[in-house]
Amino acid sequence: MPQMNMVQAINDALRLELKRDPRVVLLGEDIGKVGGVFRVTQDLYKEFGADRVIDTPLSEGGIIGAAIGMALYGLRPVPEIQFSDFIFPAFDQIVSELAKFRYRSGGEFPAKMVIRTPVGGGIRGGHYHSQSPEAYFIHTPGLKVVCPSNPYDAKGLLLAALRDDDPVMFFEPKRVYRAARSEVPEGDYTVPLSQAKVVRPGQHVTVLAWGAMLYEAIEAANQAAAQGVDTEVIDLRTLWPVDIDTIVASVKKTGRVVVVHEAPKTCGFGAELIALINEKAFLHLEAPPVRVTGYDTPFPYTLEMDYLPLAGRILPALIETARY
Amino acid sequence: MQTQFVLDDVVTVLGPDGVADPATDPKLPGETAVKLFKHMLFTRLLDERLVLLQRQGRIGFHIGSLGEEACILGPAAALGDDDWIWPCYREFGALLLRGMPLQTYLDNMYGNANDAVKGRQMPDHYSGRPYKFGSVSSPIGTQITQAVGFSWAAKMKGDPSVSLVFFGEGATSSSEFHNGMNFAGVYKTPTVFLCRNNGWAISVPAANQTASQTFAQKAFAYGMTAVRADGNDLLAMIKVTRDAIERGRRGEGPTLIEAITHRLSGHSTSDDPKAYRNEAEMAAERAKDPMPRMRAYVVAQGLWDDTQEKAWTEQVDGEIKRAVEAAEKAPAPALHTMFEDVYATQPWHLAEQQAEAERAPRPAGHGGGGGGH
Repeated sequence: MPQMNMVQAINDALRLELKRDPRVVLLGEDIGKVGGVFRVTQDLYKEFGADRVIDTPLSEGGIIGAAIGMALYGLRPVPEIQFSDFIFPAFDQIVSELAKFRYRSGGEFPAKMVIRTPVGGGIRGGHYHSQSPEAYFIHTPGLKVVCPSNPYDAKGLLLAALRDDDPVMFFEPKRVYRAARSEVPEGDYTVPLSQAKVVRPGQHVTVLAWGAMLYEAIEAANQAAAQGVDTEVIDLRTLWPVDIDTIVASVKKTGRVVVVHEAPKTCGFGAELIALINEKAFLHLEAPPVRVTGYDTPFPYTLEMDYLPLAGRILPALIETARY
Repeated sequence: MQTQFVLDDVVTVLGPDGVADPATDPKLPGETAVKLFKHMLFTRLLDERLVLLQRQGRIGFHIGSLGEEACILGPAAALGDDDWIWPCYREFGALLLRGMPLQTYLDNMYGNANDAVKGRQMPDHYSGRPYKFGSVSSPIGTQITQAVGFSWAAKMKGDPSVSLVFFGEGATSSSEFHNGMNFAGVYKTPTVFLCRNNGWAISVPAANQTASQTFAQKAFAYGMTAVRADGNDLLAMIKVTRDAIERGRRGEGPTLIEAITHRLSGHSTSDDPKAYRNEAEMAAERAKDPMPRMRAYVVAQGLWDDTQEKAWTEQVDGEIKRAVEAAEKAPAPALHTMFEDVYATQPWHLAEQQAEAERAPRPAGHGGGGGGH
């Protein structure tokens, strides 16, 4: 089985789907000849041509608005937003239009598409190349939100998202685009949406993470093991609708939970996860649930490694929660 | 390519006396002209009835097309059966012309159990896929880029369908207008941009929307054909829209049409124009009403007379009355419908919330099919 990084795995998924489904159209800024600023769409322009891998004008609102029209026609557009920090000019089209189309039209106009966009910090990108805006979209009824952590899942989840009947926000953790490598099967396979994965079973405390921060959670769990704390690490993979059963089963087992995310703490997805855990497993909790997250500041440049919830900040949370 | 920077010409066909200029006359067959005039009258009567129903508290809202019927129905009438309309929110007359039954429209006005959008949107936010008519949303201009994407997809697939998108002059200030015009220009999409310049975006006059001398001239910056037309002239609107559709179908790309018209009412039933309009100005605009002009045309052609108008008015009144009664009798949508169509299949959290709603006490006074509230 070939080894791939996440960039290659996503590229492979897009190629497969472009071949398999003539309705699939890629559009975005710089995705054609140059293959995207992260080279995720490398060579697809050469293989499928300018009509299916479209270099658009520099306008996120235009890209998503036009993609919605394509979707209403019956195509399966896959717009790329170059950085998720730049998604806000398209926010109205995503939140007021894409997410509501099926509902507001009584089911007459489903708008199916996958919006791909790199997410997260740790690449020395400052405010506008580092943010994690997933909570805005999780908060919007009608959208699904996915964030893979590794190449195998990235390919399988993307293929599942491309075949899903709902609009999917597909956040690609750019910090591990090339750092994470894994065996990726050639050819077609899917990783079902809304299924989390227990990546490290444990007995004492549960840590919920996704995307690039999963690796920090695993690193912290390994360090905690040296101190006698056995951590269960769960990769959520799909953020919404979240796999509540896997989370609740784990928390019922460990009685303790730590949530890790890069986005600011207040009203971040961690808040919702802890509220759900309180609703569904309160009597099993043996310690207050804890969030280890980005701070409620704009994403900083020089001090970004202090901002990010890296293993060094997760470890004490695991130990303290386990020993509470 | 146009070289003129400002468009001074305004395409007009019908004089106030109902005589058509042979140079621009689209030469409608008599039965088509009568059908369109009857539909114009039907739209006007329905509009007036809906305002009354709102004033009586029987429907919650109406956003009408009083005075703008020619530049809504003309473009719609110019379309082929496979062309699409992407509406703003004043185009109920076009939707009915495309074939939505009156009852279905009134069920939408009442948000009742028979409403095609299941009571999920406020009145006049209809959806008409069977009639190749998009779904209405309130945010300004969002349909413009969507229409461009839709017609672009049609072009990619070799489908000859053209998309007609309606918006007001206020929407030309939105980013969506720029995005849509720019994409359409770059990809030469078969899109007809129909800007109804009725002079007012709620209370803000057109002069405050732009420093451009005309709205049409904006097209030149996008490498697009532009035309200005008398929006109170049904025949002129048919003529310029037909030309634009044919250009689109021939692969010559999009057209921006500026239809110059007047809003002979408030923005909607929620608006009181007395605060920002003066009576003399409105009287002058009423004198340019598109309906008497079209009536003069069909009468002059010997296609229409007072007896026919009286009979048609009575027939329409009766149809509206019966449809209103039926819409008022229909129940509200069932509670479970609130939780459907959010996703293709209902996820766990919505199943939980639906169960919660079904256990909750039902509030009184709101959510009825329409009767009496």
